Amino acid sequence: MTTTRRPRLNIGAVRSSFAPWTDPTQKPLVRFEGVTKRFGTETAVNDVSLSIYESEFFALLGPSGCGKTTLMRLLAGFETPDAGRITLAGQDLAGRPPHQRPVNMMFQSYALFPHLSVEQNIAFGLKQQGMPKGQIADRVVEMLELVRLGGLARRKPHQLSGGQRQRVALARAIAPNPKMLLLDEPLAALDKKLREETQFELIALQQRLGMTFLIVTHDQEEAMVTADRIAVMRDGEIVQIGRPAEVYETPNSRYVADFIGDVNLFEGYVTSADGKQVTLSTPDCAAGLEALEDDALSVGSHAWLGVRPEKVQLHLDPPKEGPNRLAGRVADYGYLGDWTTYVVELESGRTVRAARANASRLVARPIACDDAVWLTFAPDAAVVLTR
Amino acid sequence: MKGKPRTGLAAIAPFLWLGVFFLFPFFLVAKLSLSDTVLAMPPYAPRVDWGAGFEGVRAFFAALDFETYDRLTSDRLYVASYLSSLRFAAVATGLLLIIGYPIAYGMSRFPPSQRQALLMAVILPFWTSFLIRVYAWIALLKPQGLLNAALAQVGLGPLNILNTDTAVYIGLVYAYLPFMVLPLYAVLEKQDQSQLEAAADLGCTPSQAFWRVTFPLSLPGVAAGALLCFIPMVGEFVIPDLLGGSATLMLGKTIWTEFFANRDWPAASAVAIVLLATLVIPIMLYQRQQQKMIEATQ
Repeated sequence: MTTTRRPRLNIGAVRSSFAPWTDPTQKPLVRFEGVTKRFGTETAVNDVSLSIYESEFFALLGPSGCGKTTLMRLLAGFETPDAGRITLAGQDLAGRPPHQRPVNMMFQSYALFPHLSVEQNIAFGLKQQGMPKGQIADRVVEMLELVRLGGLARRKPHQLSGGQRQRVALARAIAPNPKMLLLDEPLAALDKKLREETQFELIALQQRLGMTFLIVTHDQEEAMVTADRIAVMRDGEIVQIGRPAEVYETPNSRYVADFIGDVNLFEGYVTSADGKQVTLSTPDCAAGLEALEDDALSVGSHAWLGVRPEKVQLHLDPPKEGPNRLAGRVADYGYLGDWTTYVVELESGRTVRAARANASRLVARPIACDDAVWLTFAPDAAVVLTR
Repeated sequence: MKGKPRTGLAAIAPFLWLGVFFLFPFFLVAKLSLSDTVLAMPPYAPRVDWGAGFEGVRAFFAALDFETYDRLTSDRLYVASYLSSLRFAAVATGLLLIIGYPIAYGMSRFPPSQRQALLMAVILPFWTSFLIRVYAWIALLKPQGLLNAALAQVGLGPLNILNTDTAVYIGLVYAYLPFMVLPLYAVLEKQDQSQLEAAADLGCTPSQAFWRVTFPLSLPGVAAGALLCFIPMVGEFVIPDLLGGSATLMLGKTIWTEFFANRDWPAASAVAIVLLATLVIPIMLYQRQQQKMIEATQ
């Protein structure tokens, strides 16, 4: 068997330079403008405005019931907005039924046609476009190769594994060459290992095709790995939009900090803020806690200091004097293999989570429950949140 | 181990039932069809002469022949009534599909809470005796019946429907409609709505989505409904007898005439056996369809 080796794509490098949303001359491919959708008395999507650019891999992230799927279905045409408008390549989509919209969707349930074979499923949209038979056959072969389903063209969906079905659904949605591909929880039905592999395949696919992808997911890891930008949603509204690292390292609210990854939150009042550094007084640390923060916060205002478990250092011996020193004892720990998460109870009674990479296989003095420990974190590892 | 004999009995029970109420009568009829008609009580021969012992049994078997079947093929009446029965059943099945499919489709598109009530409405006529319902059609269709009275009000008619083939079709379609609607409803109701959305997403108008997705997926229901109606309709007796005219030719009536009017029990039996043989193929098709549907839902 001969396989053609494709040149390796350094996706990370390509993507870090891709930022059309920072360029005011760029026109977005899709624009939601003040879109609202209600179901009865429930507001599923509340006044959402959002721009997605050509060739972008965009993720809508949020818990179930936050309106992310409704937002995608509004774009596909399965729901009609109660207010606001949606444009695609400058054209208003209002009044256009799903079959006239140049977007294709990959459904969470895959929604494959059980009476059609794999190739007939993939050809479905092409036939509908009126493509000549010979061209359809070529395109189907191309799609089968793209998703590596070569030998399975004649199989029926019920003869395929979950992962293979997922690929058929993907190929079927890509085949008509839509302006934009919508993926509704595309990996939710796969097991963990396969999901991780498929995440990277999705990115590679999106890079090769240069197609705009919109993915809806409740899995923060999936969104972080795949997307150029993430919109975090809550109760029908977008709370924050940004690159994965921005959303993770500089969350704009306690909700985002907590939804993406783990976070320790210390509640307190601002005692000093000079535009560079903020000091917070909190019952959890007599000396106060410090964080880098260039927003000018008014002294005395209510705020939270957030620090992620992996940014908290754990010491068995008292560390040298410095900011952000906390004493406590290990209340519990969980060994995850690559990481161990320690739950440390402070004198104030609050528990703080600290994660440590298990860098060596054997440790002379492992940390155990009830050990007295000290926690420290650098001011630039913490964020100050005001809501 | 205690439960074992009981399981054995449970397994035998259906075979016992089939043996007593199907297989035994079937052999009786099969034997009758090989006999000759005579003027006696009962009106057929041969009969086993148990007094003659083994010789009697041999003489009995020697006297059985296929002569009656020869008659079936040579007599135009039988062939005509077969073809006519098949035609009635086929046309009525077609009509049932045309009428039943939209009903089943409409039902399946109602919100689930209301579907139960609609299902009830389809089954409700079964609460009244079948015979009474057929008599009701006589009252509706007869020359001075309700239909003609209503037509006279608007200055139309009268229509002569009773005792014609049209009346038989009306009766067949009316009586068998639930048997068409229920299997169709069963497949249509199960359809995954996201498949229709996928079809729309891939460029189908609602009617294209119906013909490319919904209809092909409902074919098992179409086959089940069609066979479920076609098979008993071929042998239908009451409806053609009560609603049809003297010219209406159907096998059920032919068997009745042979048996009760002509007292030709062998001919009646032979007609019944051939009817059964003709229906074995559609019955087997139906069984296979059922099997497929069961497998598909697993």
